Amino acid sequence: MSLFSILNLSLFQATVRMSMPVLFAALGGMFCERVGIVNIGLEGIMLNSAFFAVFATYLSGNPWIGLLLGVLSGVGWGLVIAFLTVKYYGNQIVVGTGVNVFGLGFSAFMCQRIWGSRGASESVVGLPLLRIPALERVLGENTVFVYLAFLLIFLSHLFLFSTHWGLRIRAVGESPQSADAAGINVHGYKIVFVVVGSAITSLGGVFLSLAHLNFFAWGMTSGRGFMGLAAMIFGKWTPLGCFLASLLFGFTDALQMRLQALGILPAQIILLFPYVVTILVLSGLVGKAIPPSDYKPYEKR
Amino acid sequence: MSLRDSWRKCLSFPFLSEIVAILIAFLLGSLVLLFTGYPPGQALRALFRGAFGSRNAFGQTLTQATPILFTALSFLVSFRAGIFNIGVEGQFLMGALVAALAGTSIKVLPFPVHLLCALLAGGGGGALWALFPAWLKARFGAHEVITTMMMSYIASYFTSYLVNYPCKAPGWVAQTHPVERSALLPKILPPTQLSFTFVVALAFAFFVFYFLFRTYLGFQIRAVGLNPEAASNRGIPIASHQILAFLLSGFVAGIGGAGEVLGVHGKFVDGFSPGYGWDGIAVSLVGRLHPFGCVFASLLFGLLRAGGMTMTRVTKVPLDLSLIIQALVIVFIAAPRFIRLVFLRRKE
Amino acid sequence: MPPLLEVRGLTKSFPGVLANDHIDLEIEEGEIHGLLGENGAGKSVLMSTIYSLYRPDEGRIFLRGREVHMVSPASAIRCGVGMVHQHLTVVPHLRVWENIVLGEEPRRGVFLARREAFRRIEALCRETGLQLDLHAWTGELPIGLQQRVEILKMLYRGASLLIFDEPTTVLTPQEVDQLIAYLLRLKEGGKTIIFISHKLREVFALCDRVTVLRRGRKVGTIVIADASEEKLAEMMVGRKVFSPKRGEEKPKETVVLAVEHVSTLPERGKALHGLNFVVHNGEIVGVAGVEGNGQTELAEVLVGLRKVRQGKISLRGEDITFASPKERIKKGLAHIPEDRHRRGTVLDFTVTENLLLGFEDEPPIRRGRWTIDLPLLRRFALSRVGEFEIATPGVDVPVRILSGGNQQKVVLARELSRPVSLLVACQPTRGLDVAATEYVHRKLLDLRKEGKGVILISADLDEIRALSDRVLVLYEGRIIGELAPQSDEYQFGLLMGGKSLVAQG
Repeated sequence: MSLFSILNLSLFQATVRMSMPVLFAALGGMFCERVGIVNIGLEGIMLNSAFFAVFATYLSGNPWIGLLLGVLSGVGWGLVIAFLTVKYYGNQIVVGTGVNVFGLGFSAFMCQRIWGSRGASESVVGLPLLRIPALERVLGENTVFVYLAFLLIFLSHLFLFSTHWGLRIRAVGESPQSADAAGINVHGYKIVFVVVGSAITSLGGVFLSLAHLNFFAWGMTSGRGFMGLAAMIFGKWTPLGCFLASLLFGFTDALQMRLQALGILPAQIILLFPYVVTILVLSGLVGKAIPPSDYKPYEKR
Repeated sequence: MSLRDSWRKCLSFPFLSEIVAILIAFLLGSLVLLFTGYPPGQALRALFRGAFGSRNAFGQTLTQATPILFTALSFLVSFRAGIFNIGVEGQFLMGALVAALAGTSIKVLPFPVHLLCALLAGGGGGALWALFPAWLKARFGAHEVITTMMMSYIASYFTSYLVNYPCKAPGWVAQTHPVERSALLPKILPPTQLSFTFVVALAFAFFVFYFLFRTYLGFQIRAVGLNPEAASNRGIPIASHQILAFLLSGFVAGIGGAGEVLGVHGKFVDGFSPGYGWDGIAVSLVGRLHPFGCVFASLLFGLLRAGGMTMTRVTKVPLDLSLIIQALVIVFIAAPRFIRLVFLRRKE
Repeated sequence: MPPLLEVRGLTKSFPGVLANDHIDLEIEEGEIHGLLGENGAGKSVLMSTIYSLYRPDEGRIFLRGREVHMVSPASAIRCGVGMVHQHLTVVPHLRVWENIVLGEEPRRGVFLARREAFRRIEALCRETGLQLDLHAWTGELPIGLQQRVEILKMLYRGASLLIFDEPTTVLTPQEVDQLIAYLLRLKEGGKTIIFISHKLREVFALCDRVTVLRRGRKVGTIVIADASEEKLAEMMVGRKVFSPKRGEEKPKETVVLAVEHVSTLPERGKALHGLNFVVHNGEIVGVAGVEGNGQTELAEVLVGLRKVRQGKISLRGEDITFASPKERIKKGLAHIPEDRHRRGTVLDFTVTENLLLGFEDEPPIRRGRWTIDLPLLRRFALSRVGEFEIATPGVDVPVRILSGGNQQKVVLARELSRPVSLLVACQPTRGLDVAATEYVHRKLLDLRKEGKGVILISADLDEIRALSDRVLVLYEGRIIGELAPQSDEYQFGLLMGGKSLVAQG
């Protein structure tokens, strides 16, 4: 009985909310992979932006400034990743791993320095709710992120499939030689859209620390960057697909929180759910997904 | 003229870009300290004192280097077969857990036999944990970077569950019962934690080297890693060799975990690994994906960990500075061209 | 009036190769200018440098008398230069119209103006008579049509100087005639064309003037009316052309390879349908056909990399239909893969390691249960390098740094290290220079003389006709006919285009 009682509208609303960080990571990862860069560093980018968002809010008292700095940190990491992998042909997976380690170490270091504890920061003012009564009946009370996410999915879809930039992105990712021969600045496109993707990803981190929890906690992204990558693959590198796949992850996350509240299973077992789902999704359901690129660095002679 | 010649000679030193990357990482780490208001000179001095300053400090460095050397060798073996086993951490944890269970539950075996059993059980645990993503890759084409990563998270929650509930020893701390004495690896430099595990790790470095570069199976695995199409064209089966490498990688990681439990802690403590598995990836790369390189690189990272603890105690600089420096080393090692072109101004 | 394009002292080198050595070139407005030379003479590099895909080391380029500094294909396009590359540069997962407008998309606001694009492309199609389904996925079109996409791409950008880099290698003789007709039509329409080729027949049919390159240097430019085939051939090669002598035929007693009714499924490539043929000892059987008609798949089936669905393959009477690649290698099947970088060698392995590939697990190289006998391996490698005249600084350098010809020699040396009964040679001379090509041809003929069987799969019809005793023609995964090598080119063309002689009547 108690199991069924949790399947209601509020579970749906929680699903949408919890899918946000995964969705932003998936969309960000999608832009990177569409131009031929595997961005394993999504996790680190998110963690860093979560920290910077809280940090700026803590200093200024204004969560919007927090949002801005969080996204700027994403842009910064995007630039680092883009230059190292595109211009200097660095190994994409290794650079990404480095970014993840850095994200973990740097945020904990700063957390300890500022708040005296590497576990969690002080609470800060979160982003205010955006009141849209008509939508609230279905989606519940939300901050700007949920609406921003829907807008972003829609815009990304149009951008990718109905503009000349989108056409060029697809060409650059799939066949950089052809794009180059057609007079497209391959490296330029790669760099710009790795940065764009990283910036979008950082929104996921800001969501966690300014809309979900209102403080920074050690390792608070707990693998959502990687789930984002899985959602992107599951969604076949399209914005709509990313959205649907993220909902699935959001659902396991929301369900996990409900079950934990009920105290049916130990926390550690429930916390496993999203990871198990990720593996199932990657193996059983997608099978062999065909990526939009071979991810080799493009070397101009 | 002769000055330029000697400069050129310096530039052709084989490990130059690695060394430069490490120096830059330390430099940037100091900048972080400077900007956050810590005295970098004092902190780094404390760090190095904590790593080499005394016999005990040195023992501590070797102790910290040991698990990292195992995880580095583990990553190396998979990488040489063309597999990115990012989830070494999970295999390490499972190895540690299984070894702890074997060490506590078996009571009849005498000293070296019990120890050997527990070690091998740990290796088996790690290998088994690697087998699943290997199978997923071979059967469904699921990319190992994400599956092994997820398996790591699962391992950390799963082991945490076990030592919090079914296998918990009485008391406040989430940990297993202590391992039987017959399964413990002896300490070799008391009072430090340095144990015989370090020697086992060195032996494994040699074993991995011999396997990869002196046996036909190792040769085949390297061929598969560098060019699977050419390898299969010459009759080397790709899938089975990749699975084999995956298993071997998990085995080495599992032995590493077992070594920590049987040599250092004497039991499985919840959250005892501060991310040795992740360090291993970096160490492998810094060691140029060669077993002997890994030995030196693991000493560097052991130094960062051991020294980091002293640094934190003495100067209150957060321990995570070590992590930041490690991350920077990884990032710069990943793009050797960046180092060569930007810092050394050397053309390809 | 200054020439349309003038190149002065253009030099371009790659690590270890001087691809273009101070080349001067003048292209007049409205002409079709042939660029002739052997493989590796530097034709493609020269044109790619003019098109700014490569950056020249030195040299100047003038368009209509004014010096231009083109830094990227984008600026070349802006200057009215277009290029159809040997390896087509279309994006497979874009539709035809998307490929054509890529880089110069008509827009309405921020969106792509689809209708405008269609209007412009359809107008171009009408003008030139090139017909295409604009909605099709480009990657699913046959190569000939993909080439049309490339031509339309150039015309869409308003190019007035069109560069064609060996456009005919992927076409049947009939498609070549069609292409030649199009090009002449474009010339009437006022376009200037540079046509790269190493085939004399095409140059004579098409060009007004021709420039010959040899080993990165310009040999000269002559008006086609003053040239003869012999003269051009001599300019190209610099000496008498070596034509491989097959020697007399031997009686064919034994069947080395028998392929009976072999069919495969179309996964990862073309399906093969009911293949049926034999190879005797002392015989070279050529397999001709337009690329992509099942040649790769045939080789894979023979060496065991592709599953047979139906039929039987036997080597010296032994059934090997389900044998693994390794078992086949041990039974004396050797293989020169079509792509020596992807399949033939492990580029980051040393010469020694590449020679070892496939022998590592057998005595005497394997000593004891696991170990490789390093001193023996070294002696083995040195003797191979000597015997096959592999030019390398040592046996412990990566194969990556060797020239293409020497890489191919490493493959040959390895494959012929074991007693061979059949060699499957796929595109064995692709991209090799003249000397290396001769070397490979000689090796194939030696094998024939020793009474081995050879299957020669090649896109180069001249090569096949010069070396083979019999020629099978592959079309859409079927053997559509068998010809004697002396048969005339027209017959080959018909078969390669899918018109079987029987149906012709």
